[in-house]
Amino acid sequence: MSNTNGYRWHDPIHAPGGVGARIPKSDGAAKADGSGIFTDDLSFPRMLHAKLLRSPHAHARIRSIDTSKAEALPGVIATLIGSEMPARYGVIPWTHDEQALATDHVRFVGDEVACVAAVDERTAEAALRLIEVDYEVLPALLSPQDALAHPEIKVNERAKVGNITKHVSLSFGDVDGALSAATARSHHTYEYAGNTHAAIEPHCAVARADADGNLTVWSSTQIPHYVHRELSRVLGLAPARIRVIQPLLGGAFGGKSDPFSLEFCVAKLALKTGRPVKLLFTREEVFYSHRGRHPMTMDVQVALDADGRIAAVDNKILIDGGAYASFGLVTAYYSGQLLTGPYRFGSYRFDSTRVYTNKPPCGPKRGHGSVQPRFAFEVALDEAAAQLELDPIEVRRRNFIGENVDTVNGQRITSNGFLKCLELVESASGWKERHGRMGRGRGLGVAGSMYISGTAYPVYPNEMPQSGVLVKLDRSGRVAIFSGASDIGQGVNTLLCQIASEELGCDPRDVTVVASDTDLTPVDLGAYSSRVTFMTGTAAREACGKLRTQLKLAAADKLGCAADQVEIELGTIRSAADAAKNASFMQACQWAEAREGRPLAETGGYRTKDIGEGKLGGEYRGGTIGASPAYSFTAHIAEVEVDEETGLWRCTNVWAAHDCGKALNPTLVEGQIEGSVYMGVAEAQLEEMSYTASGQHRGPSLLDYRIPTSLDTPLIGASIVESGDPNGPYGAKEAGEGPLHAAIPAIANALFDACGIRVRELPFTPAKVLALIRARDEAQRGAAC
Amino acid sequence: MLTLPMLAVHQPKSVDEAVALLRDIPGARLLAGGTDIVPNLKYGMYETGNLVALRGISRELRYIREEESELRIGAMCSVDQLANHARVIELFPSLADAASQIAGPQLRRMGTVGGNLCLDTRCVYINQSHFWRSALGYCLKKDGTVCHVVKGGQRCVAAASNDTAPILVALGAMVRLVSPRGERIIPLDDFYIADGVKNTQLARDELLVEARIPLAAARLRQAYGKLRLRQAIDFPALNFGVTISVEEQKVAALRLCVGALAARPALVRHVDELRGRPVSTPEEIRALGQELGLRAQRQCKPLTNIGVDPEWRREILPVLVRRGVERALLS
Repeated sequence: MSNTNGYRWHDPIHAPGGVGARIPKSDGAAKADGSGIFTDDLSFPRMLHAKLLRSPHAHARIRSIDTSKAEALPGVIATLIGSEMPARYGVIPWTHDEQALATDHVRFVGDEVACVAAVDERTAEAALRLIEVDYEVLPALLSPQDALAHPEIKVNERAKVGNITKHVSLSFGDVDGALSAATARSHHTYEYAGNTHAAIEPHCAVARADADGNLTVWSSTQIPHYVHRELSRVLGLAPARIRVIQPLLGGAFGGKSDPFSLEFCVAKLALKTGRPVKLLFTREEVFYSHRGRHPMTMDVQVALDADGRIAAVDNKILIDGGAYASFGLVTAYYSGQLLTGPYRFGSYRFDSTRVYTNKPPCGPKRGHGSVQPRFAFEVALDEAAAQLELDPIEVRRRNFIGENVDTVNGQRITSNGFLKCLELVESASGWKERHGRMGRGRGLGVAGSMYISGTAYPVYPNEMPQSGVLVKLDRSGRVAIFSGASDIGQGVNTLLCQIASEELGCDPRDVTVVASDTDLTPVDLGAYSSRVTFMTGTAAREACGKLRTQLKLAAADKLGCAADQVEIELGTIRSAADAAKNASFMQACQWAEAREGRPLAETGGYRTKDIGEGKLGGEYRGGTIGASPAYSFTAHIAEVEVDEETGLWRCTNVWAAHDCGKALNPTLVEGQIEGSVYMGVAEAQLEEMSYTASGQHRGPSLLDYRIPTSLDTPLIGASIVESGDPNGPYGAKEAGEGPLHAAIPAIANALFDACGIRVRELPFTPAKVLALIRARDEAQRGAAC
Repeated sequence: MLTLPMLAVHQPKSVDEAVALLRDIPGARLLAGGTDIVPNLKYGMYETGNLVALRGISRELRYIREEESELRIGAMCSVDQLANHARVIELFPSLADAASQIAGPQLRRMGTVGGNLCLDTRCVYINQSHFWRSALGYCLKKDGTVCHVVKGGQRCVAAASNDTAPILVALGAMVRLVSPRGERIIPLDDFYIADGVKNTQLARDELLVEARIPLAAARLRQAYGKLRLRQAIDFPALNFGVTISVEEQKVAALRLCVGALAARPALVRHVDELRGRPVSTPEEIRALGQELGLRAQRQCKPLTNIGVDPEWRREILPVLVRRGVERALLS
């Protein structure tokens, strides 16, 4: 395979620090010992601290804002209101429906209204209470049903029809015919509660305008490039005048993949005051910024033929979007488009509607859009299989879609290691001996899933690379990689070091990664939709490969052998024929620099159109959304114990096997699997964005919004499956989001094995479990009579 | 992040000095481990510019000793010390159990016994930022005239959420209170009052310096029970201490104190009728537990002051109480 520049891949050489090595994370020590510099660690002389005033109403018009008393407070340097930067923005170019500060309309409790910059946080906070806002309170629409029923009340003016952000209806094959001909059927409604990312680092941004009028914004973002674009649009400043830097990040999970009000506010205030400005969210504000998992109501039908093959899947989905679109246009598609593997569907239909409501905006959380329908589908599949007395693993095996195949909705699946995943968890869990035989209150459940490795197309249509990497070598033997990709904890910076080590033979510790700085690094679209390893990895491999060729050519001259006889291994370059002819990596760099007569630096890029699969996605409107250059696959088995007297239950074990194509660093992949399982179990057990009758978040703190502690976390057995994708770098696919999906339905199915109950509503609180157990007993008593 | 108000921190060197400061500085509040007051201060729950920090007298009040037929626990003992103290584990295992279930390890090392007994009441409508409370509308506990838990309620029902209180009440513990006017020793049960705004009868210038448990109570069969959705960190969604005196394989006396429901930990009434119940077999013990559980259920009304489904908490209360009785009598 070759890329557009004619460079040819070579076979990986598996250097000790290269691809497949379990080297520690490049920023691990700095995070552990506290020396890492996060955004909030930045401080500048004369720096101001900013605070946001937020709406106390779920829905209101702003009649007027008076900041004069706040401005008069000693220590207050500037205030800011929406009319000073009224431009609308949003991460998706077709849904620009947000303003940095509301000019005339607030849409949820916590919506941003005004901002104050003062000499310290306490003064800024005091000043907020002096701002007078005259609101005209409007009726609030707090559920998607209400929002559909009241199109005359507009949550967000951008909605063309009523309060609908996006409606998608797609059908593949004769669904109604297949439903009526089916042998087994499950048809139920499922409710998925909203939940949020709860990254440990709250959002933070710092801005500084220099004497030449250049603006720098440091932000805890996972999309520096999109922040760059939106800052330019909203501030009316040329992109060349703006620099966005993402410092070390303390978790994101999708919660930092929108531009946020704080970035615009610190930038504007820095320009206004001529002083650096910082704004750090409180934990409460993180909950209001949200962009987490959408609540979904799903009416799901799954039908099997007599052989247990999936004849039809029909899903009607109502999505509670909150006040803004965020990635919502994509969410509406993903809720349907990503369900069509790892199983073959005979026919498929989905009808998905995302509506605006007066609550904090939902967005992409790990497994964006597809975690909810995956839960419903995998439970329904279990239920339909039970009607045929088919083992839950067998029905999944029987419906395996295969490799190098198109899904019912026209997505191209290349590598697919799902059967191996199933086999691994089946044997690790002792499924054959234990499923259905564990006695009252204990059970096992299985589920599978599929996820994208990046989206085939960029968020804004263009022909430029989706990822870019610049690699520089010099005579010191130090390698510098300039990468626009965001390391949000998934470890891309470490992978870049490993790719350099693999290609160049350098020690991975001798690599500097200059990352996510829009002045210095090539553009990368950001850390979302599990695209980074696949795309940035491909770009890095190309750039390092070009330098490898230069090292080899120079070494061939000096070692007196042909270039194709030069071998590179960790720290050494040598003649294949005569190992005594060798040189250090640094020496090779010097030879190459001398031979080239210029500094050693090369770039690499990734574009989906270059990978040789042709146009990806189905030939219909929306067919490209959900199209990915490669798909990852996962199988989970969960074990639960239920206290039938109280409904209290715990998930004791999860065995998770994930096909990531190739583990560039198995330790990091295992970490991603474990983290995903943790998050999935958390959603099943505890997490819920809950609101009062007036639309206020019930407990925007980590005390009231409960995420599991280590004691609440199951033992996790993570297994890696390597199917070797033909298009991924070294065969790699994603590992960061896919392994979350299956945890939730696996637990639901385990609760069925344990107690004979079908939980269809997230989270599976003990109260709901107890109610289902009582209903089960009631039904059994009724049957006995 | 959330900021603390500007505070003057006073550092007395003795109990007498501490209570004199409380007397002389209106509105001053105590700072021991800070695990309760610091977040509450950040939430703007108190109008105060003064803290009286007790670190300087922690030596004076950091002890666990047996004296005059009592186990005496100094108020500045950390709850971690209480949980891991060999004599406490031996004499009052239920108390050690309660202490070990408070929050998490770091908080247990900071939080004190006195602090836990004087823990401010908690409610989902009060332990929130100033912005949050102003958006919903202030409530009875601070700045407001309405109760968001009980519609039309005139008395604050923020919940007593201390882990150590219910079992100490059930064990018949006393507390020693010191003020500039002298000291008084009262039953812990009398220490609490049913008012969520302030649920103790501690005077403004008074300091709780010691808890005392009669050593005779070590003979009681005892258990602590705590309901929470996570295995650490969470305040109780419901908790109780139960003590049973058994003579000749029959119940001679019984106390059940339930917490995390209302403003004060409450003894379940009319349990004297259970005296004389046989408890020699597991079936008899189970029957006693069930009976006690039903009595507790009739008297306890879980509310929405705690963010865990009140109806469910009410439903499972008898099960939890029965299991507590079984733990107490079967172990």
